[in-house]
Amino acid sequence: MEKRLLTGIHLWQGNEACAEGALAAGLTLFAGYPITPATEISERLSARLPATGGTFVQGADELDSLTIVIGAVWGGAQAMTATSGNGICLMQENIGYACITETPMVVVDCQRAGPATGAATKTMQGDFYTVRYGSNADYAIIALSPSSPQEMFDLTIEAFNLSEQYRVPTFVMPDEAVAHMRERVVVPEHVELFPRCKPTVPPDQFVPWRANPETMVPEMAHFGERYRMPVPGLTHDESGRPSASYKVHSAMVRRLVDKVESRADQIARYEALFLDDAEIVVVAYGSVARSAERAVRDLRDEGVKVGFLRLITLWPFPDALIRRAVGRARKVVVAEMSVGKLVREVERALAGAAVVKLFSKPGISLHTPREILSFVREVA
Amino acid sequence: MEAVQVKHPALKYYQLGSGGDPTLWCSGCGIGQIWYFTVKAMEELELDPDKVVWVGGSGCTGRMCTYWNHDLMHTLHGRPLGFATGIKLANPELTVVCHMGDGETSAIGGNHLIQSARRNVDVVAICVNNFNYGMTGGQFSPTTPLGGITKTSPEGHRERSFDLCDLVKAAGATYVARWTTTHPQKSIKAIKKAIQNKGFSFVEIVAQCPTHYGRNNRLGDGPAMMKLQKEMSVRVGQAADMSREELKDKIVIGEFVSTQSPEYGEILRSFRPESKESDNA
Ligand SMILES: Cc1ncc(C[n+]2csc(CCOP(=O)(O)OP(=O)(O)O)c2C)c(N)n1
Ligand code: SF4
Ligand SMILES: [Mg+2]
Repeated sequence: MEKRLLTGIHLWQGNEACAEGALAAGLTLFAGYPITPATEISERLSARLPATGGTFVQGADELDSLTIVIGAVWGGAQAMTATSGNGICLMQENIGYACITETPMVVVDCQRAGPATGAATKTMQGDFYTVRYGSNADYAIIALSPSSPQEMFDLTIEAFNLSEQYRVPTFVMPDEAVAHMRERVVVPEHVELFPRCKPTVPPDQFVPWRANPETMVPEMAHFGERYRMPVPGLTHDESGRPSASYKVHSAMVRRLVDKVESRADQIARYEALFLDDAEIVVVAYGSVARSAERAVRDLRDEGVKVGFLRLITLWPFPDALIRRAVGRARKVVVAEMSVGKLVREVERALAGAAVVKLFSKPGISLHTPREILSFVREVA
Repeated sequence: MEAVQVKHPALKYYQLGSGGDPTLWCSGCGIGQIWYFTVKAMEELELDPDKVVWVGGSGCTGRMCTYWNHDLMHTLHGRPLGFATGIKLANPELTVVCHMGDGETSAIGGNHLIQSARRNVDVVAICVNNFNYGMTGGQFSPTTPLGGITKTSPEGHRERSFDLCDLVKAAGATYVARWTTTHPQKSIKAIKKAIQNKGFSFVEIVAQCPTHYGRNNRLGDGPAMMKLQKEMSVRVGQAADMSREELKDKIVIGEFVSTQSPEYGEILRSFRPESKESDNA
């Protein structure tokens, strides 16, 4: 049997690091349909998963893949899928199902230029809202965005942990540039894993959908463990029985949303530089944040009082963090590879506390440090 | 005289409170019968109910799993077989039974159906064929016969219909049978064989939907429709000698496939080093 955790230093592509992160987090089943720029995750796992005692499935499409992943989790697996925007579109109904059934699982969305088939091999940050609001009605998810192969490894593990802690589908959403970038990745000797929230009472005392009042998360029995587990796609009460009562429905929906959204501060991961005396703050994520950091450092060398905030957690959106980070700065520059999505959330969070300027490039061409530098200079 | 209380033998598997107590099905509907056939088959095989997962989708048939009082997964319209495949791959010791309407089996879930048959995954698919979309009010489905009147074919259906047993046979299913609710013993036996088959099993059970298909086509109430089903049924052996024209309004019943082939999960597990070692030993 091969080792799951390849402790040491590697030169890995982002997608390879993601696959290895999943294995380090205990992945036992992967199902996915080939799509650029996510395919390398499938390819690596097709060899590595069976070699470590797991199951690799190539689905017939993204609906097949995600239904298999969700079913496998209830059968006791640690499971993941990987795709790109087109696949995310096809998966949306199943994502809603995973939310209502509070199924812990990881979905990797290697973002490419769209809409539709778009420019399949090119980068974009277009799926920012697609992963958050793509399925019907009210729900919440968690999404993390790496900006290096090291983070593809680290955040895939983090995504598994968060998905278990909050019992919610968790997205890892690099843009193509990060998915295909090759860099040094350090794999530690040990990784900390959040265990699945299993029943702490015998079957006759088990109430399958009663949430712990503190965590807002119920305990989870797998099929075959004699807990008579009902897994319902219908609005359900604590026993799992279907209901169409307003009281039951609103309690369920609000909990599904609140268990994640009310913990936005705890879930927020980010990187910040030079915020203390900043008069202008540059906000970015993913590959764009790499260019933004370079630009900010260069501007600081010139004496411009500019700060840098790289968002790692995109959802739940870290409103409070944004407000704290911007502080007394008068201006904010949002750099993103889309016509403007992140910027809307930043504006909403700040509610007029600072002037927000968008530097948008809708994919294919990365923001260069020089472009960001000139943009900030003009705004400053 | 004292009243004698007789408990229905399936009651111990029945979950109260899952809608429309005792069930949400119309009177005369065939779905409740098939619910019982499934329980009976499991009991006759002496299966441990804690090791049997019922999976359903969306539709009148899809609700069958919600009345099963052990492990169940009530999923999405057309997708039970995908979820069932995941469950089976994660825990091969479980018996996974899906109940699906004809619409979800052959329209929205058609790809899950042919892929499951091709893979020969060890899952039991029971298709309740009532020739229409019952839950949404009786529109045509891919199994609605030519001429059938539904809410979306008011002048009579003009599309050709699917023979689902032929379809899954061609796709590689290793157990395939069709019966009707008028054939309880045969249906139970078929479900038993489907559960015992190590591979993808497909049992189609033709069922009456008096509320929609029956009413729209003036076929009478539940019992009248069952009588009709019986009259229309022709055994597979007999059908072999009949012309296309003669078979036009018939339901061909019997066992179409009962064979063996490597099972999907076993194939996938054979890539693991431990199983490679034991192969060599
Ligand atoms: C994606 C999606 N499309 C449509 C529906 C609406 N819908 C629910 S049940 C159903 C038809 C059910 O027909 P069938 O599968 O034959 O089952 P029956 O009700 O006849 O048992 C439809 C179209 C849905 N739930 N989900
Ligand atoms: S609508 Fe038809 S299929 Fe649905 S419960 Fe009523 S009779 Fe049965
Ligand atoms: Mg139907």
